Amino acid sequence: MKISVQREDFDLGLEVRTISRNSKIGAVASFIGLVRDVRMTLEHYPGMTENAIRKIVEEAAGRWQVMDCTVIHRYGELEPNDQIVLVAVASAHRGDAFAACEFIMDYLKTRAPFWKKEHRGAAATWVEAKAADDDAADRWNK
Amino acid sequence: MRVKVLFFASMREQLGGPSEEIELPASINTVGALRDHLRARGGVWETSFAPNRAVRAAVNQDMAQGNASIKAGDEVAFFPPVTGG
Repeated sequence: MKISVQREDFDLGLEVRTISRNSKIGAVASFIGLVRDVRMTLEHYPGMTENAIRKIVEEAAGRWQVMDCTVIHRYGELEPNDQIVLVAVASAHRGDAFAACEFIMDYLKTRAPFWKKEHRGAAATWVEAKAADDDAADRWNK
Repeated sequence: MRVKVLFFASMREQLGGPSEEIELPASINTVGALRDHLRARGGVWETSFAPNRAVRAAVNQDMAQGNASIKAGDEVAFFPPVTGG
């Protein structure tokens, strides 16, 4: 398992190859989140961020077969089209890989301490949390 | 007792800094009591910790509810709902 909170960009191909080396792995599901149309700064809580993501991955591994997993989340200054987050889950079969990947992403949105600040011209505004993100995380408990 | 209090994102900006060490009376021993204690400072504190504001908390880097206890040496963080991903 690899969890990294970093300024630097990442390479999907490299990360997927790294968790695909075990011959028992038959499926890797991955998700990448991108910056849409506005420049932003991402702040986080060093230490807690990594712990929170680790707990989310451990919870996923308790629900589905997770043979390996990589989560990378960037912070700092990001431009439109930049990659923000990667979740990649390796499993024997696709069902577990898809479900665990989506679960990790949904929980990360509501439990990992990151905050986005958008820059439009000279104006900077903190992004408000969305109720839809809470709903997405809650549906895993139904 | 002494605790370290951290603030993030919009709260950090509104309150003028990322952290402070606070000496608390023994009666302030939960996250909720600390929140009320800070709100009682008035001004921006009253605004940032107003009852209708969504404020999340963590104790020693674990998400915590208002009834979570705090003790000397703890790191308590307050921040707005998270918006990563």
